[in-house]
Amino acid sequence: MNHNYQKDISGCGLTGLINKKRRRVSGSEIVKSLCLMNDRGNGLGAGYAAYGIYPDMADFYAFHVMYDDPGMRHEVEDHLRGNYHVEKTEEIPTAPVKAIHISPLLMRYFVRPLKERLAGGIGSDDYVVNTVMRINSESGGAFVFSSGKNMGTFKGVGNPADIARFFRIEEYEGYIWTAHTRFPTNTPGWWGGAHPFALLDWSIVHNGEISSYGINKRYLEMYGYKLTLLTDTEAAAYMLDLLIRRHGITVKTACQALAAPFWKRIDAMPEAEKEALTALRQTYGSALLNGPFSILFGHAKGLVGINDRIKLRPLVAATHGAFTYMASEESAIREICPKPDKVWSPRAGEPVIAELE
Amino acid sequence: MFKSLAPPEYLATIDTVKCIRCKRCILNCGWGVYSWGGDKVLIATSKCVKCLRCYHYCPEEAIQIHDNPTRFKANACWGYNNIRNIKRQAESGGIPLTGMGSDLPYPILFDNLLIDACQVTNPSIDPLREPMELRTYLGKKPSSVSFVDDKDGHVRLKEKMPPQIKLSMPVMFSPMSFGSISLNAQKVLAIAAKECGIVMNTGEGGLHEDLFPYRENIIVQVASGRFGVNPDYLNAGVAVEIKIGQGAKPGIGGHLPGEKIPLEVARARMIPVGTDALSPAPQHDIYSIEDLRQLIYAIKEATNYKPVSVKIAAVHNVAAIASGIVRAGADIVYLDGFRGGTGAAPTIIRDHLGIPIEHAIAAVDDRLRQEGIRNEASIIAAGGIRSSADAAKAIALGADAVAIATTALITMGCTVCGKCYTGNCSWGITTQRPELTARLDPEVYAERLINLVHAWEHELKEILGALGINAIESLRGNRERLRGVGLDTQTLDILGVKPAGR
Ligand code: SF4
Ligand code: SF4
Repeated sequence: MNHNYQKDISGCGLTGLINKKRRRVSGSEIVKSLCLMNDRGNGLGAGYAAYGIYPDMADFYAFHVMYDDPGMRHEVEDHLRGNYHVEKTEEIPTAPVKAIHISPLLMRYFVRPLKERLAGGIGSDDYVVNTVMRINSESGGAFVFSSGKNMGTFKGVGNPADIARFFRIEEYEGYIWTAHTRFPTNTPGWWGGAHPFALLDWSIVHNGEISSYGINKRYLEMYGYKLTLLTDTEAAAYMLDLLIRRHGITVKTACQALAAPFWKRIDAMPEAEKEALTALRQTYGSALLNGPFSILFGHAKGLVGINDRIKLRPLVAATHGAFTYMASEESAIREICPKPDKVWSPRAGEPVIAELE
Repeated sequence: MFKSLAPPEYLATIDTVKCIRCKRCILNCGWGVYSWGGDKVLIATSKCVKCLRCYHYCPEEAIQIHDNPTRFKANACWGYNNIRNIKRQAESGGIPLTGMGSDLPYPILFDNLLIDACQVTNPSIDPLREPMELRTYLGKKPSSVSFVDDKDGHVRLKEKMPPQIKLSMPVMFSPMSFGSISLNAQKVLAIAAKECGIVMNTGEGGLHEDLFPYRENIIVQVASGRFGVNPDYLNAGVAVEIKIGQGAKPGIGGHLPGEKIPLEVARARMIPVGTDALSPAPQHDIYSIEDLRQLIYAIKEATNYKPVSVKIAAVHNVAAIASGIVRAGADIVYLDGFRGGTGAAPTIIRDHLGIPIEHAIAAVDDRLRQEGIRNEASIIAAGGIRSSADAAKAIALGADAVAIATTALITMGCTVCGKCYTGNCSWGITTQRPELTARLDPEVYAERLINLVHAWEHELKEILGALGINAIESLRGNRERLRGVGLDTQTLDILGVKPAGR
């Protein structure tokens, strides 16, 4: 447990959309929405996450890997071949963009853990998490930045429009999209540091600074997570992974652990609910994300937006037919959905949960 | 009589011009320094302990208590106290006793730690306008909880939580037994604990019936003397504490002299009047961690599974010991640092055994996390918590709550003179002499203690607000919000804290 780390701090803008009927839309929509909020970033990081983009490979984990040190490629690929069935290996398609002079080597692999590796009773998701933790914390120079099925994240150092063009975002079609532009105040640009942050199906974009980071990190470390990026987003992602996937808590209840209702409200609840939420706070006190944040997190079944418990960062939501939109600013929604059926500002700590049908 | 060669520590002086011969000082001094000489007050200054009772009660401000300016020749190695203690031992052949925590200038790490605050990138929160939560639950927490949704879509708990002690803020009163302190002093603690929504601890002196109305705010203690322990006693409070050791005297038992055992104390302790109350150094049924486990579970069985706390002195190997205690089934580990107070301890033990609480909290919290069992027990830190800032730093290092004793006694008039073991406390705190204890009106002094606790509550909220967090659990173990000044790399490493500027 090393305490000699420098935490990463940044402000940002975020936006996301979901079509509950799984109608896939081009990435150009979300790019348009994000680019409206250019003043919320400073060109030092942008990224996109999309669900439903690899329908033909939906049974395989799609590993997106960036190599700052291309020499690491063989080592990582050897490791993957030794432990996974690798269905396909390819470079992530990119387009030349003037403003982006250098980029890491970007590869993607569609993989499935070998049966014999799961012999010890470990689930394939856990196995993938271990692989990702290991490569990211030990290899130095290789970084798995996306590892879910039928989804992927694309991110790097640059402004939203350039990153979109670089990754040819408009060519992907997905039914859930999230996007993020970044205003780091203390980090040199590193591609891995951009958002979204993803692990398995979880992808997170986040605006804010979590003042409880120190304890959130130490809490996650107790459960074997290795926090290598030192960003709040990474902590939030692992927290959701722990609560929802490993502890089997529902999305809604997990949100109540991350942005816990105040005791005053809990005390006034009917007995059974009061008992449940008291237990939730007692048990998950160290999981409380305290400090200003708005977060969008996508997962295989939907999109969730959530604010900190006193709403110190903006979050607006809107619906239009089968679409639900969430963004830092209403204008970013109206840019791609001029006439929403309903627009609202979610209350502090109350999650907006949109699920696929 | 042979005049002691240990010079008096203090010179009590009375300005005979100002003095109006009211004799209040004679009445107030518990140590018998003053007597009436027919036309003026006589002063036996060698008995003076500088408790300042007389000073406060002199209506004319005629009294001054000076540190005796007559010293041995200055010597960087042979300090005043070294020479004086040798002389005292040469005269008595005994072990010099003392009260309160060590007064030697060991480094106090709390004074080398600074707390963070928010600027621009994350806003601070105004505790006067926004809710600020200090509520703390002590006890074993499961590593995860399961819920079911009932038909209306509300969550319900699948399995009951282990029992918890609810505190309105992460502060409690440390154990002080009836016997070591007066019943009135215990009443002050009980009234304040109830009013503030926190808990006091009986210490090992049993429970006086006058405290029965405060059971919701009492932890009962079982120590090596087993004074006053019976099934009713075990069930009388919200939790039971097994005392293994005390920071001021690790590895040492207790000795309450027969003079401090009048009828009331004897009844609470269930021993004959006037007999010495001896607490052996170890508990004679605990010689190993397995034995401790058996006692923990025996107590749990006897109390229908109330939380059990185990109190230990912070010693070199505290992390491993605490881990064993948690694995033995304790719900709370109470760590008492070497600066912690005492009613009576050999000076040599108090001043030279144990480790500071700051190191102990960090080491124990780290170890329990490494072993993945931090949730299994709460950590209480005690031993030299002087202010809400100390409390906040202890919590940031990893404690769930802090316990205070000296601080509470100071609100009752105590001046930390350190002579509690004599049983003459002029403030009526660490004495059983009825004419002295009568001075400590529980209602009046409880008001002062309540004021103090509320003041700390406000200060803690201000600190949280400046940190940009609104719940105490976000400070607990959040060492990222502490920085060290003037600490060496290794100490920083042990504390898990970065140096200021990083
Ligand atoms: S009351 Fe205290 S300060 Fe005054 S003479 Fe007695 S011992 Fe000294
Ligand atoms: S309790 Fe009394 S004897 Fe003990 S230090 Fe305080 S004033 Fe002195």
